Amino acid sequence: MKETKSIWKIIGASSLGTLIEWYDFYIFGSLATVLANQFFPKTNPTAALLSTLATFAAGFIVRPFGALFFGRLGDLIGRKHTFLLTLVLMGGSTFLIGCIPNYESIGFLAPILVLLLRLLQGLALGGEYGGAATYVAEHAPANRRGYFTSWIQTTATLGLFISLGVILITRHSLDADAAKSIAKFNDWGWRVPFLVSIILVFVSIYIRMKMNESPLFEKLKSEGKVSVNPLKESFGHKTNLKMVLLALFGATMGQGVVWYTGQFYAQSFIENVCKIDFDQSRTILIWAILLGTPFFVVFGAWSDKVGRKWIMLTGMFLAIISYQFLFNQLLNLSSNEGKVELVDKKIINSSLVQLDNGKDTLRTVTNKVFYADGMSISETKKDTLYGDPVMHTVKADVKVVKLLGTTDYWKMVFYVFLMILYVTMVYGPIAAFLVELFPTKIRYTSMSLPYHIGNGVFGGLTPFIATLLTTIYANDKLAGLAYPIIIAAICLVIGTLYINNKIDPDVND
Amino acid sequence: MNQLKRYAGIIWILLGPLAAVYLVRTAMAEVAKKPVMDTYIQWGVFIVVFIPIALGMLLFGYFAWKGEYDHLPESSAEIEED
Repeated sequence: MKETKSIWKIIGASSLGTLIEWYDFYIFGSLATVLANQFFPKTNPTAALLSTLATFAAGFIVRPFGALFFGRLGDLIGRKHTFLLTLVLMGGSTFLIGCIPNYESIGFLAPILVLLLRLLQGLALGGEYGGAATYVAEHAPANRRGYFTSWIQTTATLGLFISLGVILITRHSLDADAAKSIAKFNDWGWRVPFLVSIILVFVSIYIRMKMNESPLFEKLKSEGKVSVNPLKESFGHKTNLKMVLLALFGATMGQGVVWYTGQFYAQSFIENVCKIDFDQSRTILIWAILLGTPFFVVFGAWSDKVGRKWIMLTGMFLAIISYQFLFNQLLNLSSNEGKVELVDKKIINSSLVQLDNGKDTLRTVTNKVFYADGMSISETKKDTLYGDPVMHTVKADVKVVKLLGTTDYWKMVFYVFLMILYVTMVYGPIAAFLVELFPTKIRYTSMSLPYHIGNGVFGGLTPFIATLLTTIYANDKLAGLAYPIIIAAICLVIGTLYINNKIDPDVND
Repeated sequence: MNQLKRYAGIIWILLGPLAAVYLVRTAMAEVAKKPVMDTYIQWGVFIVVFIPIALGMLLFGYFAWKGEYDHLPESSAEIEED
C-alpha cells in the first residue's frame, strides 16, 4: 500500500514538471505569429533572420545537445538534481520571454534576447524527458513499468492541450467585445501564458525538491559504479552505440513523425489547407487530444502484457496505410461541393479606402456564404484601384475562412482523434522500451539522444518538410504526407527486423 | 532471420549516402531557386542535422551486415565485456 502511494507520488511529481516543460515549449510555437509581430518584424531582414534561427535552432539543433549535456549530467550526479535544473532553466526562460519589451521599445536587443531564451528552452527540454522517464521507470515494478511510465508519456500531449487552452481562454477573456479582446491579446495579452508559467514552475520545483534520488542510481553510487564518462560509454562502446542507432532508426524516428503528423501537421493542414477558422481548427485538436490522451495509459499498460514492440509498430503501420485516407477526409469535409447554399442569407460587404498617396484606393470585398448543414465560408478579397488607368492589380489578396457545421465539425474531431490514437500507440510504451534498452549507468545519456533526434529532428521537421513538398507538388494537396509515410515505413521495417519484443525483467543492471 | 537482418544491412548502408546526396542536391536546387537568407538557413540546418544522421544509418547498416544485431545485449556486463 505504502509502495503504491509512493510510486504515485513519484509519477505525480515527475509528470507535473515534464508537463510544465512541454507547456512552456509549446506556447512559443503556438504564438509564433504574435511573437513575430512583437519581436521579429518582417520588414527588417536581420530580425526575420533571428526569427528563423529561433524556430529552427531551438527545435532541431539544441534539443539533441540538451539531451547530451543533461543526459551526461544525470548519469554523473543523479537524475533528481538534473531534471530539477532543467525545470528551473525552462521555467525561468519562459517567464523572461513574457517580460521582454518588444522590438519597437528596445530594438535589436529584443529579438536577440528572445532567441537566447528560446535556445535555453530547447536545451532544457532536451534534458528533461530522459530524466523523468528514467526516474519513474527506475522506481516502477518490472511488471508495470509500461503502465507507470505511460503517465510521463501523456505529458507532452497534455502540455500542448493546456497551451492551446490557455491561449484560447486568454485571447477571449481580455474584453467583453471579442474583436477588442483579440486586439488586446495581440498587443500585450500574449504575455499572460508566459508569465503564468512561473507559478506552475515554483509549485513543481517545491514538489520535486522533496523527492528522493532514483534507488538504482543510489545503488550504483554507493557501489562506486557511477559512470565516469557517460558520453564515451554511450557512444564510444560499439555494443551500446549500436543500441542507440537501433533505438533511433527502429523506434523513435517513426514515433517522431507519427507524433508530429497527428498533433501538429494535422492542425496546420486543417487551418492552412482546409482553411478552417483559427479557433475551430484549435478546438478540433483540443477535443481529439482530450479523447485520445487516456489511450497513452491503455497502451502503456497493455505493453506490460504483450511487449512494447508490436504496439508501437502497429501504430506506425496504421498511420502509413491510413494517412492518405484520413487527410483526404479532412479535405472533403472542408469542401462546399454538393452542399446546399442558403442564397437569401448571403452577405456581401465592400469598402473603399483611399491610400496615403491620394491617388489609389484599396478595395475590400467580403462575401459570406451560408450552407444548409451549418457551414459558412467567408472570402475577403483585397485589391488596389489605381488612379493611373494603365496600372492594375496583378494578383488580388484573397483570404478564405471556413466555419464547419456541427456534424462535419465532429467528424473532423473523429478523424484527428484516430491520428492521436496512433500517437498513443507509438508513444505510450516507448519510455519503457527505451529504459529497458540501456543499462542504468548510462541510461539517461543513451536514451535521451535517440529520443530527441527522433522527435526533435525527424518529428519536428514534419510540418516544414510536408509543407515544402506541397509547394513543390502544388497540384497534390496530400503530397506532404510522403515524408511521414516514408520515414515511418523505413522505421517499421527496421523495427520489425531488429527489435525484440522481450520485456526486460530487470532494469537494475 | 539473422541472414535476412544481415542482407537488409546492405540496404541501410546504401540508404544513408543516397539520402545525403538527395538532400544536398535538393538543397542546392532550392537555394538556386530562392537565394535569400531564410532559404540558406533552412537548408543549411537540414544539411548540418541530417548528414550525421545519414552517416549513422550507414553505420547501422554496417553493424547489421556484420551480424551485430543477431543477438542484442541483455545486461551491462555484456557492454563492459565489449
